[in-house]
Amino acid sequence: MATLIAPEHTSAVEDAEKLQKACKGWGTDEKAIISVLGHRNAVQRKQIRLAYEDLYQEDLIKRLESELSGDFEKAVYRWILDPADRDAVLANVAIKKLSPDHHVIVEISCTRSPEELLVVRRAYQARYKHSLEEDVAAHTKGDTRKLLVALVSAFRYDGEEINTRVANSEAKILHEAVKDKEFNHEEIIRILSTRSKMQLMATFNRYRDDHGTTITKNLEGDSGDEFLKTLRPTIRCLNDPKKYFEKVLRNSIRRVGTDEDALTRVIVTRAEKDLKDVKELYYKRNSVPLDQAVAKDTTGDYKALLLTLLGKED
Amino acid sequence: MALPVDIEALDKAFSGIGVDEKSLISILTNSNEEHKKSLRKGSSKLFIEDAKGFERSDQSSIKILKHQFKRFRDAVMLSVLHPWERDARLIEKAIRKGPKHYNVIVEMACTRSSDQLLGARKAYHSLFHHSIEEHLVTHIKGRERKLLVALVSAYRFDGPGVNEDVAKSEAQILYEAINNGEKNKLLDHEDAIMILATRSKQHLQALYQHYNQSYDKTLAQDLEGEGILKDTVECLCTPQTYFTRVLEAAVKEDADEESKRALTRVIVTQKEQLVKEGFVPNKIQDILLGLYKDFMLASIASGDIK
Repeated sequence: MATLIAPEHTSAVEDAEKLQKACKGWGTDEKAIISVLGHRNAVQRKQIRLAYEDLYQEDLIKRLESELSGDFEKAVYRWILDPADRDAVLANVAIKKLSPDHHVIVEISCTRSPEELLVVRRAYQARYKHSLEEDVAAHTKGDTRKLLVALVSAFRYDGEEINTRVANSEAKILHEAVKDKEFNHEEIIRILSTRSKMQLMATFNRYRDDHGTTITKNLEGDSGDEFLKTLRPTIRCLNDPKKYFEKVLRNSIRRVGTDEDALTRVIVTRAEKDLKDVKELYYKRNSVPLDQAVAKDTTGDYKALLLTLLGKED
Repeated sequence: MALPVDIEALDKAFSGIGVDEKSLISILTNSNEEHKKSLRKGSSKLFIEDAKGFERSDQSSIKILKHQFKRFRDAVMLSVLHPWERDARLIEKAIRKGPKHYNVIVEMACTRSSDQLLGARKAYHSLFHHSIEEHLVTHIKGRERKLLVALVSAYRFDGPGVNEDVAKSEAQILYEAINNGEKNKLLDHEDAIMILATRSKQHLQALYQHYNQSYDKTLAQDLEGEGILKDTVECLCTPQTYFTRVLEAAVKEDADEESKRALTRVIVTQKEQLVKEGFVPNKIQDILLGLYKDFMLASIASGDIK
């Protein structure tokens, strides 16, 4: 369930006017920006951008970029983009880091639906004049590269059919790999990047039934080589994306300094999807409401936007 | 008694690609039992003398004939299907039939536009309830698997703006992979596969030029004998060469059934391209027969495609 609170009927023109007013003159009315954008879904936000362009011959996004700064600006920028475009930007940022954020690439390729991932790939090309897989390949190496390229290139079958024989044999393969820590990378990559999500769930369930523990438990820890560090989020995202997002949030807040990038990314990308469920998981796990933890760890307009997206009533 | 000219005509009706339906009608409908008997006796290709005293059909010849009769039907089917379904079915068949057919997979993956390939992948889901890559890894255990999976998964950028420095350095990577004595390991060469499977066609064509300039031979020449690797490079960089090669192989005297089928596939699926390039069917038309011939030649006759 989504956490975003957005009225059903809105006027893009009125919203555009409110935003223009908020940006006019010296200083910016951030509260107005949050009160409009923080309560609009993807379709509505797109209409606002079009209306704004129409009315003022200016790109709203560029305007906001120049008016705002810091974590708040980053969050607004990501929030206002089309979901696919946003994912393309997030992927590109992750790839181009000196030490690429593999888990972000994993997150995008494994938690979006097959059709959504196709749209992301298209958006990526439109923006960066390269294919997503090309850029991933150029900035990674070894087996990690193989895994990541395979994941972003996948177009998984989205049907419900499950083959129990395959689930059985592939659960075995995965267990062998995990148990010995001698990862037969080819086989793991093959299974994780080609099977449908339903099939993988069946395989993971079979794993749990056969070995009394989930595969993610068997992969616990933070250490290991590059491949292992990329493999863990892959399996987590495919196995239970909501649990994965809860963990990312938990880690982003727990750190000595907050990991604003991760915090923003999860809240912005899930607010219209399943953030409510993730919140429930967070509360179960940490005995503290997510809103409270975020409020404690962030400040100012950035905090206000995040809380709004988390479903705070005005 | 059947005249030698009749026997010859019967043989000729079956001695090409397709069958000469008109000729068969004229020979057989005017033929009484005695006439047919001598036709059978005279046609050593199709009938053999059975010990029990009758002219029995030669089963393998009959099988070949069936292929010939099917050609028109196959051409119509290929022509009428939505391109996505068409390509998806061609890929599925190629996967099932084995290594000799992998070039078809390469052809589908590399000569279609990025969006057409995506379309074929979607159609594949609907038709076969699996993704192409899933079927590839299930059915192909050989070393070609990596390259094929990578090629069908590509969603290449299509546009200008090639980085010539990168193209040149990647040409070098390929050169070294091919010429450093490890040619038989090419299908496992991760960098080579990444380059071929992820780069845009424009980039690869620039790479092809750099390779030629730097090493005095073309990348395709250097991959002579390397099966689907050569097909991959040709399809991506010089598709015209690839298609011409396939068409010419189809009409060779010793062409096998697969090569002949390629004729239908290429002409039907590439007809716009062929017309645009002013393809002239000189080398192939003599061996085509009947309705099949009419269909093929009409497909590539220049003139407006509505």
